[in-house]
Amino acid sequence: MSTTKPLPHDAAALHVTGTARYIDDIPTPANTLHLAFGTSDVAAGKITAINLDAVRAAAGVVAVFTALDLPFANDVSPSAHDEPLLATDAVHYLGQPIFMVAATSHLAARKAARLGNIAITAVTPILTIEDALAANSRFEDGPRIWTKGDVDAALGSAKNRLQGAIDMGGQEHFYLEGQAALAMPQEGGDMLVHSSTQHPTEIQHKVAEAIGAPMHAVRVEVRRMGGGFGGKESQGNALAVGCAIAARATGRPCKMRYDRDDDMMITGKRHDFRIDYDVGFDDTGKLSGVDFTQMTRAGWALDLTIPVADRAMLHADNAYLLPHTRITSHRLKTNTQSATAYRGFGGPQGVLGIERVMDHIAAHLNLDPVAVRQTNYYAHMSKTSAANTTPYGMQVTDFILQEITETLLKTADYATRRAAIDAWNANNPILKKGLGFSPVKFGISFTLTHLNQAGALVHVYQDGSIHLNHGGTEMGQGLFQKVAQVAAARFGVPMDSIKITATDTAKVPNTSATAASSGTDLNGMAVQNACDTIRTRIADIVAQTHGGTPDDVIFANGHVTTNDTTLTFAKAVMLAYTNRISLSATGFYKTPDLAWDRIKGSGQPFFYFAHGAALTEVVIDTLTGENRIVRCDILHDAGTSLNPAIDIGQIEGGYVQGAGWLTTEELVWDDKGHLKTHAPSTYKIPACSDRPALFNVALWDAPNPANTVYRSKAVGEPPFMHGISAFLALSDAISSCGKAYPSLDAPATPERILAAVDRVRS
Amino acid sequence: MKVTFLLNGETVEVETPPTQTLLDWLRTTRGLTGTKEGCNEGDCGACSVIVTDAHSKRALNACILFLPQLHGKSVRTVEGITGPSGTLHPVQSAMVAHHGSQCGFCTPGFIASMAASHANGRTDHDDTLAGNLCRCTGYAPIIRAAIAAENAPVPAWMIEPDAPQVPAPFAPETLDALAAWYAANPDATVIAGATDVGLWVTKQLRDLDNVVFLNRCADLQTITQTADTITFGAGVTMLDVHNALKPLHPSYAEMVRRYGSEQVRGAATIGGNIANGSPIGDNPPALIALGATLHLRYGDKTRLIPLQDFFISYGKQDRAPGELVTGVTIPKSAPALRVYKLSKRFDQDISAVCGAFNITVADGNVQAAVIAFGGMAGTPARAQKFEAALIGQPWTVETVHAALPAFAADYAPLSDMRASATYRLAAAQNMALRYFADLSGQQVSVLEVQP
Repeated sequence: MSTTKPLPHDAAALHVTGTARYIDDIPTPANTLHLAFGTSDVAAGKITAINLDAVRAAAGVVAVFTALDLPFANDVSPSAHDEPLLATDAVHYLGQPIFMVAATSHLAARKAARLGNIAITAVTPILTIEDALAANSRFEDGPRIWTKGDVDAALGSAKNRLQGAIDMGGQEHFYLEGQAALAMPQEGGDMLVHSSTQHPTEIQHKVAEAIGAPMHAVRVEVRRMGGGFGGKESQGNALAVGCAIAARATGRPCKMRYDRDDDMMITGKRHDFRIDYDVGFDDTGKLSGVDFTQMTRAGWALDLTIPVADRAMLHADNAYLLPHTRITSHRLKTNTQSATAYRGFGGPQGVLGIERVMDHIAAHLNLDPVAVRQTNYYAHMSKTSAANTTPYGMQVTDFILQEITETLLKTADYATRRAAIDAWNANNPILKKGLGFSPVKFGISFTLTHLNQAGALVHVYQDGSIHLNHGGTEMGQGLFQKVAQVAAARFGVPMDSIKITATDTAKVPNTSATAASSGTDLNGMAVQNACDTIRTRIADIVAQTHGGTPDDVIFANGHVTTNDTTLTFAKAVMLAYTNRISLSATGFYKTPDLAWDRIKGSGQPFFYFAHGAALTEVVIDTLTGENRIVRCDILHDAGTSLNPAIDIGQIEGGYVQGAGWLTTEELVWDDKGHLKTHAPSTYKIPACSDRPALFNVALWDAPNPANTVYRSKAVGEPPFMHGISAFLALSDAISSCGKAYPSLDAPATPERILAAVDRVRS
Repeated sequence: MKVTFLLNGETVEVETPPTQTLLDWLRTTRGLTGTKEGCNEGDCGACSVIVTDAHSKRALNACILFLPQLHGKSVRTVEGITGPSGTLHPVQSAMVAHHGSQCGFCTPGFIASMAASHANGRTDHDDTLAGNLCRCTGYAPIIRAAIAAENAPVPAWMIEPDAPQVPAPFAPETLDALAAWYAANPDATVIAGATDVGLWVTKQLRDLDNVVFLNRCADLQTITQTADTITFGAGVTMLDVHNALKPLHPSYAEMVRRYGSEQVRGAATIGGNIANGSPIGDNPPALIALGATLHLRYGDKTRLIPLQDFFISYGKQDRAPGELVTGVTIPKSAPALRVYKLSKRFDQDISAVCGAFNITVADGNVQAAVIAFGGMAGTPARAQKFEAALIGQPWTVETVHAALPAFAADYAPLSDMRASATYRLAAAQNMALRYFADLSGQQVSVLEVQP
């Protein structure tokens, strides 16, 4: 059967030959125009005058647009209609688009976009968490607060109590393919949009609003993205809408792609957080009360901040049964890029908060940090009860980190290495090693419950070949291949019978973003549903013609068998066709059993949890703070993996990206709100040699207790959090320098590590 | 400018403005869209192509490579790495088999780098791929693919025919001709590897019309040795500098291993790194610590100066308009030389601080000390007060500790996105402690720690 096979990515051969097409590779008509934005060079202020004469006079310029030139909606927000495509009377961050140039070449547009003469009366920007708290600059009317039990009493009576705080920076997605869109005007005012987006329906919706047309007039197609990671969930709206407006105005195809620096200056990033904690615990490290205050910079517009900040709260427990708990979340409005979706969607930030707490408790009690974690784990699925409940009131029924942890500690030789590292540190005055362990329990489902739906469209042609389409988008995660494996399995045909096709709003409507790790769970099920509809029709006619009962007809190895008769799949299909039976079907799926009240913080927001654990070994230089990951071992729960090679790829890649977030990737704004790290020369994602020198990744191979597609589990986001083990290992190495707790902040750059070494020693 | 070169084995003649990049031309004029633009500044490697000449075959970043730099060379893109009728190159099949691509956007650049390394028999994959960023895979499967392809034969289609060699007025072939032209055109922009000037064009969007290209000037590309010295022509690339340094100055060579990336080292020249006068160029501290002599030429007049005197102040060097940096001479032996490059990421990152230490100890006392830093001042600069505090003292850790406060008198570094002033100063001081430990035989580099 095609499921569970480690097949290569469906486009691997196209990738390696350079023939896989991305937006900027699509051949365009000769009259295509190229767009660029002119942006604000101050972070906050009132626009008093706009003079674009020099822009209009620049070589190659065909059209220039300001907010006044937009015929319909001036909005690219995915949520609150608070994000104008082009600034109206005020600017809210440095980099905000103010005008748009359409020119005959990409270079001409970029050059012209720098010639705007815009007078802005600047006001003092709100840039930091402290600025925003002081000014009470926030989204929603006040902090969101969820409670469980009586935290104040629990803290008051706790045997031991600790307070602390951790700052964690944001993260640039650094998808290798920058944001891009191409709009081609069609007859009658229709618009065809090619967009590098995780959310074609959102693009369709925003483009329709912007050109004053119903959604049926706009068709959005996405074959693939060159990376997304959440950064193309909403941040592609501006380019697609801009292209459609310019295409409508000029009647010419319009393409826009951000130069890398523009991309980093304009688009949102992962939310940075500060998390304050006040915790009570007994002498074994068992928690009795936890009070978290999560503060995040949302940037200038709402975008997806509410569900991101909610998910940070929803993961404040990670793998641990928190008894009495209060989680307070401040969503702060600042004059910076509007922070947006990024792999984990707030989850990693919430998890890092509680992992810091576990680490701090272990250091305080001088206990093994793994043991403190095991002490606080949720009860195993075999022992769950009503008491085994999250701070948001959901009973945890599928918890398996006990055995994942025990297995990992054994295969990674934890006890021996722990002792060896302590001995090594005693003998090395300059270099110090550290070991860090982190588990993850990640909730799977969109927390906006209605998004948990998907559609599919499957055609079987007369020759037995199959056209596959669904609402998910391919950004490198291997979704298309995994779903094609499902389709091949349903029909019992080889993979080359399945044609994977571009996501297209004209084929499957009203799709949710490919996000929240849900792509395979939702679309795989929708495709299974569509395939089964057709399969049932074929089985009926085969049984009717050749005897047997439809339920007993077998689809396997490219053949269809009933009683003693075996037909090739193509013959069976032809039989259905000649009997005038439809060989096309839509499929639909909605996740069952979800109920969630985000204001109360109560209900069942997730269908199930995905688990995993990581152990990382690092070495630091106590003179400079330089550091390196030397080894990482991961055991990860992907349920019954649909494709182990693709899933391991997600785990390896997620780990390195997660470790990058917490080590080398530092976003630096100056005191004017100017992002100073806006290119790979200054913003450092992990390079080849930054991966662990020894990197052991294994799958925990057990079926998902929840009824998912072939009992697999979502795998896009959960492994990202394994990178937290690298951060904890750095903190452990620093701890070996002295008695004090390092209180390391993220990203742990050499500079922060050296400062922590100094703190620990003093 | 009329430029002639081979593209995937076929001769092309292009009439081009001087600063049209190879990447733009490939994608927009030729419709060869396999080569990708990821950053347009030579930092991500998505645009990597293979460039071959009589001297070498190397992967370079097409986004900051101007077409005139290719005159007389052979260019092979991912389309030409794929064999006739679609046969996969061994690195391509290995990347498929080992799941080395996810989103696929960086993949053609990886393929170009891997195919160049494969042809050169290189197996130091972490170094040859340091300039190719991948955001999806975590690199592990890519390295597995590179290892798997190591022993496969180089396909016949990868062998380049001889590229036509036509004289080009924009790229003088002798130093005499170049020096005379530049003296007569002192306002011209001199372009060697374009790893810096390339960004003036792709990021600052400057139009450069009056330019001269150095890469056909063989006189600048020589490495000459005497019994005691080695002289690098200004046009020697950092890739070749690295190879020459390895047996002579291993610590300096180790720094150069991390300088830029394979693609950047393959284009960047040692002369360019000196002449641009950057306060954070990585060669000058090491060269100053070695007591390097700089060669300059204006018309037919040459002069030699100590390199440290070349850097006058931020943005100002001892170089007259129309005067060329032609080479640099260093001693072949300096056993106590150590060079420490400090950055957020080990590979392909601009230094926050780069320190070079070179002391001479006789009878237990410091006889001479030459210590220079980048990133600590407006120019690469000596730590003269710190040196003075060491000289004549016994070479002990106490001496180093006692001298450390002098750093604060030598340098008043800036804070920026790479590091704060406080950290720069502390790290520079700690590098002096590291130097002592290093010469004492202690393990001081995290890069040497194995799992």
